Amino acid sequence: MIAYLPQALVSGFLMGLIYSLVSVGLTIIWGVMDIINFAHGDFLMLAMFIAFWFYTLFGFDPLVSIPLAAIGIFLLASITYRLLIKRILKESLLTTLLATFGLALFLRNSAQFLWRADYRTILNPVLQGSFSVAGIYVSIPKLVGALISVITVTLVYVFMKKTRIGRAIQAVSMDREAALLMGINADRIYNITFGIGGACVGIAGALLANFYPVSPQAGIFFVIIAFTCVALGGFGSILGSLIAGVIIGIVESVGGVLIGPAFKYAIGFLIYLLVVLIRPKGLFGW
Amino acid sequence: MVTMQRGQLGYGLWGRAPWVGLLAIVIMLPLIIQRPFFHHVMIMLALYATMGEAWNLVGGYLGYVSFGHAVFFGIGAYTTAVLFANFNVNPWAGMVIGGLVAVGAAAIIAYPCFRFGLRGHYFAIATMAFGEIVRVLFLNWPYVGGATGFMVPLHKDSFALLQFHQSKLPYYYIALAMAVATLVIMKLIIDSKLGYYLRAIREDEEAAECLGVPTSLVKHVAFYISAFIVALAGALYGQYQLYFDPPMVFDLMVSVNMVLITLFGGRGTIAGPLLGAAIFVPLREYTRAWLGGGGRGLDYMILGLLLMVIVVSQPKGVLGFLERIVRRKAYEKG
Repeated sequence: MIAYLPQALVSGFLMGLIYSLVSVGLTIIWGVMDIINFAHGDFLMLAMFIAFWFYTLFGFDPLVSIPLAAIGIFLLASITYRLLIKRILKESLLTTLLATFGLALFLRNSAQFLWRADYRTILNPVLQGSFSVAGIYVSIPKLVGALISVITVTLVYVFMKKTRIGRAIQAVSMDREAALLMGINADRIYNITFGIGGACVGIAGALLANFYPVSPQAGIFFVIIAFTCVALGGFGSILGSLIAGVIIGIVESVGGVLIGPAFKYAIGFLIYLLVVLIRPKGLFGW
Repeated sequence: MVTMQRGQLGYGLWGRAPWVGLLAIVIMLPLIIQRPFFHHVMIMLALYATMGEAWNLVGGYLGYVSFGHAVFFGIGAYTTAVLFANFNVNPWAGMVIGGLVAVGAAAIIAYPCFRFGLRGHYFAIATMAFGEIVRVLFLNWPYVGGATGFMVPLHKDSFALLQFHQSKLPYYYIALAMAVATLVIMKLIIDSKLGYYLRAIREDEEAAECLGVPTSLVKHVAFYISAFIVALAGALYGQYQLYFDPPMVFDLMVSVNMVLITLFGGRGTIAGPLLGAAIFVPLREYTRAWLGGGGRGLDYMILGLLLMVIVVSQPKGVLGFLERIVRRKAYEKG
């Protein structure tokens, strides 16, 4: 069993970086707008389907679909903001939770209605196979996925810190009224924030389509993982969700080896519970 | 103050007579319409009304949104069935024991959450995480059948053993009795000192604490009452279905259904969950029967759409909507 540990560490680390990318989208929305987007996982699922259909219909490799998925989900998120989120921003916690939950149900079951519940895979992507270093197998699609995730998360971080829009987003999240008085259009900022959150998860979806089965139910697992990462990393903290994603990825995979793969999922939750009880604001929350 | 709103207690709006009439209707209706599927819908309605009322005590009156009540539902079902199958414990006794076990489970999540002051999103997601952990544990626990689920041993029709195979009606009347008892208990709680404490905590926990409300004790008591009642409903559900597996009783959707029903009707009101169940359960069961064939998910698609529309247009639920109409009528009359 111990022999599998290095392997579990490497796999968990790579998968964890992809979790980070999924969580970053959620953490930005959560931190800036105080909205839990239950439909986040279903945005991911739709991105996976975008990659799948472009591959099946037009022969586009998932790598090529990455920008397409990012733009597609950005637009979907933006529409969601205008039609749904905007109207419930001032409502209670339960209202916002249920609105996004309704959206999640709608998207998931629409996908199931249109494309059936079957698991599909992209049969022959450019990224496939694995190589071994010192007896540890490294999956190529996971490695590339992890790299692109790190690059994307870094870009989002730089965007938030350096650009005018990024600073405006931070300003609105700190004090909406003050930001409004400074001439920031909060409505537009929220729209962009929701869109960026969607774009992140869009990229993650296209990356996952390389090696993860595409199905209407695929989002549920990831949204719950993302909740855990966001809570662990701190709401709204990009750096936090990067590190939390890696921690969850490793713990899940090492825990799976030590306790049994069936409990992987429960271990992530247990960690979440412990963290949120001891440090409710997460590791890097403000 | 919100606590003194009109119609808050349900009775204020319509008086007592309609409730008696309603009870007469729900007693008579399944005798008139003899179709088994209709009886199934009515049983689920009564069960979900019970669960909605119980959830409402915590989610509506106390203001702590729980996404983990499926745990209590499942524990009720499993405890009763396992005790009956393996230890020959009478299901009625098993039901009460199941309720007590659920209270124990509730303590496991409630104690740390309240001790460390989790509220809002944090409480909601923590209870959700708890629910998912318990689901995975039951899914991988061979003693209770794991993923293959659990079968209740069959016996001849008997009230004492809570099994009826000839007709669904006995299940319905037991579920109805449970729902009515829950409504009465909720009404008593809400009008009691505990009820005022609950609402005081919802409005402002710190202020309530300062005024001498034993906030910690009140939160625990409310959570345990809620868990106990949901477990009773779960036990009855298990006996009614005679077979269940973790996805049926521990799924996140079971918790969410309780939330939906309460929100549909209007949370923080006695009539709300009842009304919510009366709309939601037939809607779900009939759309499932008519449109859900082949696992296409059309039923949940419509449900999701409806949920968004209701949340956006009527955040106070159907009851809030009705109340507004009644108030407008009263205003127009002068």
